[in-house]
Amino acid sequence: MNRRVPLKADTPAASSAPERPTNVLIVGVGGQGVIMVSKVLASLCQELGYQVKQSEVHGMAKRGGAVFSHVRFGHTVYSPTILEGDADVLVALEWAEGLRWLPYLNQDSGTFIADTQHIVPPFACRNRIRGADSGYSRETVHEVMESVANSFALDALQIATELGVPKAANTVLLGTLSTALEFPVDAWKGVISKFVPPKTVEANTRAFEAGHEWALTFDRETRLKEWQEHTARFSAEIARSDVAVTSTLEITEAWCKGCDICVKFCPERCLAMDERQIAVLTDPDRCTGCRICEWLCPDLAIAVHTPASPVEA
Amino acid sequence: MDAEAKTPPAVETHTMMGNEAIARGAWESGVRVAVAYPGTPSTEILENVAKYPQEDIEAQWATNEKVALDVAIGASFAGERAFVAMKHVGLNVALDSLMSQTYIGVNGGLVLAVCDDPGIHSSQNEQDTRLLAELAMVPVLEPGDAQEALDFIRNAFEISERFDTPVIVRSTTRLSHTRSVVRVSERLPASAIGFRENPGKNVMIPAHARARHPLLLERKTALLEYCAGSPLNHWEEGTADYGIITAGISYSYVKEVAPEAHVLKLGITWPVGSEKLRAFCASVKRILVVEELEPVIEQAVRDLGFEVEGKSLFSRVGEFSPRSVRDGLVKAGLLAAQSVSGGMATKPLIRPPVLCSGCPHTSSYMALRAVDARVCGDIGCYTLAVVEPLKAIDVCVAMGSSIGMAVGMSKAGTEKKPIVATIGDSTFLHAGIPPLIDAVYNNADITVMILDNHTTAMTGGQDHAGTGVTLRGEKTARVNFEELVRSIGVQWVRQIDSYNLASMYQTLREAVEYKGVSVLISDRPCVLDPVKIRGEAFLVESESCVACQSCMNLGCPALAWTDEVYDGHHKVGIDPAQCMGCSLCAQICPSNAIQLANLQ
Ligand SMILES: Cc1ncc(C[n+]2csc(CCOP(=O)(O)OP(=O)(O)O)c2C)c(N)n1
Ligand code: SF4
Ligand code: SF4
Repeated sequence: MNRRVPLKADTPAASSAPERPTNVLIVGVGGQGVIMVSKVLASLCQELGYQVKQSEVHGMAKRGGAVFSHVRFGHTVYSPTILEGDADVLVALEWAEGLRWLPYLNQDSGTFIADTQHIVPPFACRNRIRGADSGYSRETVHEVMESVANSFALDALQIATELGVPKAANTVLLGTLSTALEFPVDAWKGVISKFVPPKTVEANTRAFEAGHEWALTFDRETRLKEWQEHTARFSAEIARSDVAVTSTLEITEAWCKGCDICVKFCPERCLAMDERQIAVLTDPDRCTGCRICEWLCPDLAIAVHTPASPVEA
Repeated sequence: MDAEAKTPPAVETHTMMGNEAIARGAWESGVRVAVAYPGTPSTEILENVAKYPQEDIEAQWATNEKVALDVAIGASFAGERAFVAMKHVGLNVALDSLMSQTYIGVNGGLVLAVCDDPGIHSSQNEQDTRLLAELAMVPVLEPGDAQEALDFIRNAFEISERFDTPVIVRSTTRLSHTRSVVRVSERLPASAIGFRENPGKNVMIPAHARARHPLLLERKTALLEYCAGSPLNHWEEGTADYGIITAGISYSYVKEVAPEAHVLKLGITWPVGSEKLRAFCASVKRILVVEELEPVIEQAVRDLGFEVEGKSLFSRVGEFSPRSVRDGLVKAGLLAAQSVSGGMATKPLIRPPVLCSGCPHTSSYMALRAVDARVCGDIGCYTLAVVEPLKAIDVCVAMGSSIGMAVGMSKAGTEKKPIVATIGDSTFLHAGIPPLIDAVYNNADITVMILDNHTTAMTGGQDHAGTGVTLRGEKTARVNFEELVRSIGVQWVRQIDSYNLASMYQTLREAVEYKGVSVLISDRPCVLDPVKIRGEAFLVESESCVACQSCMNLGCPALAWTDEVYDGHHKVGIDPAQCMGCSLCAQICPSNAIQLANLQ
């Protein structure tokens, strides 16, 4: 791993050549603990005598939106935020969030540390047409690792769960991050112990060590091979995506007694009662052919006709 | 070049967020009374003031920003230093009071911390507070980092008392939420000068106000003289032949990307036009202004008769970044273009904020979809129901607007759908009561849903008069919404459990059928703030799931597709780590596939 060794504020070199600060960008999804991770790093930097700025935006972010926190430290730090293409380390607590921020990573020397965990937002499950797939990011771990030189993709939750402390996944990532910055390991542990609940200090220390160890023993070639196999499986899954298959609805008006059940239950809200109290399909484009109306109609007045879907074919 | 801006002798240092530093500044200034109504990005200011002892400082949530300012004005009249915090749009609510108070001036110092939100991270607009300050003719101080945030609050109180004026300290989201190291000092003693009888100054009747208006103009002149000598306006020599005038957080971007420029950093951004500014402008070949949002400084420089470039290079909308400031300087031909090497191009995943799993607001909007209502929304977490899949809000304007808009829609007489206003508990107290009185008084045919989640959730879970707990966590009187609404004259009032979906559908149907004003109170505490409320998790029995997507209409983030497919559609699974156990999905599932996990 490329290590970035920032100059201490009081070294003679620092005063003669104002060195560019070190930039760490930490990203994830609201509720994951992005801000906690960056607070740990920021207070570590402060303890070690650097000037440090940590910047994030509170508010909407909390409700499952994208969250990011900039940490900059060094001899003199002006801007609280990092310039695009200037992050020395990008730490992603969630896979798609890491991809979102890749343009911020320094393309020549930046280190990318990403949890492979997927948090699929409700928005990604919107296309309900038969055969469609979720809108979650399609880039595979293998692709990303191949194109970003210093990239480390790990399943932090898995590592933490194996240690019996699934809640300490973020501490695992801190362990991995610690190998990208030249700070004493004991200083890291000291700061972490101040941030986690007292009862969990021991567990978090183990999680930190596991993440640290994982990075030190990281063998790129083996990992690439593993991820290639993973990708092969993944591509099979996405192969069937975006094949739209439309269904048609047949309503036998004579049998409809106007009970309203189908209208109330239709998940796509595309049925209504007309002025005669008979069910009609008001929005055929929305109908996904889920068959709920067909199943629930007590008088068998609705039939859904669907051509065989390519998935099953 | 100036001497360093004076900071009191260092006692100790802390890492503080901008908002914490502002709070510290208020405490150090000897403030006796501090008030606010929450609003991102200003909320943490009062929360942090409340960490200082009550013997030193009263810290309280107000019902809205106008009440907050009035409370502070009262404390100032009483002779103590008073402090009020709000977000930019809060100043619109408080503006009526400010516009008169500026004629009156102060007794004890009066400082408003107003936090703008360039980039609209969490607001309904990105108005620039400096324009309102100009209208009110009150000075504006703009700190650029947490240290200045603390120091400028102290300076603001000195200016307030010296020039007999309210003072605004303007922050922005970026400053309010950036942590850096701050040197702190001791608290000044409270002033205790007491009330000063002076009706000519304290009572704004026309005759008095006419006499006070010219004093505002004199005050502006005196302030400009002060600006010329003040270290708050800081001149830094550079090596280039151009000069940049900047303020606030933009200063840090300028120093980051153009260390060679001559820089005049204005700590006071209204009024602008001092002798120091004139001297700076005259000393450089080319003048640029880097300021977020409106061209306030730029216009002032132009008014002095100088040629200046500002908004032609740096956007008038949105938040700045080191990148955008550099791009502007490249456009000006002052910096060489730097190619940001491409790297891997990915299509960013769309991930808007959503209602939490288990959010009690969800069922209200499900029911509103079912009755096909025309929904006047309001501001709070529930505004998130505007996006798919709930997609149940038609209009949303400003805090408390929902009920008034519903009245207007019903009076317009064009709407076939039932008209429903949805408003959160905190927003209802803030600005929803007068319009509800109006609805009853004018006999409008509308339904009002008060979404009572027992907190101000959007801003992080602050208490309010409807929770019966104060900012300092003490028990106090609690507004009873049902009684309040009845006393206004509403005949049809029901309170229901937000987690009872059937009753929600049924009651809402009755409410919209009622002719006149009906009020439905949807009652359940927020699952996230102020404390996490987590029930037992549910799971989907995969073999029973018919992939109909009914539950997915809730938009619950704990629900997502699995890789299993039924009849061409994805089956659904529940992430046990995210499920709060609200049971809504289980109530909706037509094939009974969703069960409590531990029954398995
Ligand atoms: C004038 C004004 N003041 C403050 C805010 C900030 N703000 C946004 S939503 C909100 C209150 C939300 O509380 P509530 O209505 O109870 O809804 P909840 O978020 O709890 O669902 C506040 C204070 C604002 N947008 N405008
Ligand atoms: S914070 Fe509370 S009110 Fe806001 S979305 Fe989450 S559960 Fe709903
Ligand atoms: S019970 Fe269902 S709707 Fe409620 S939080 Fe859990 S998954 Fe979401």
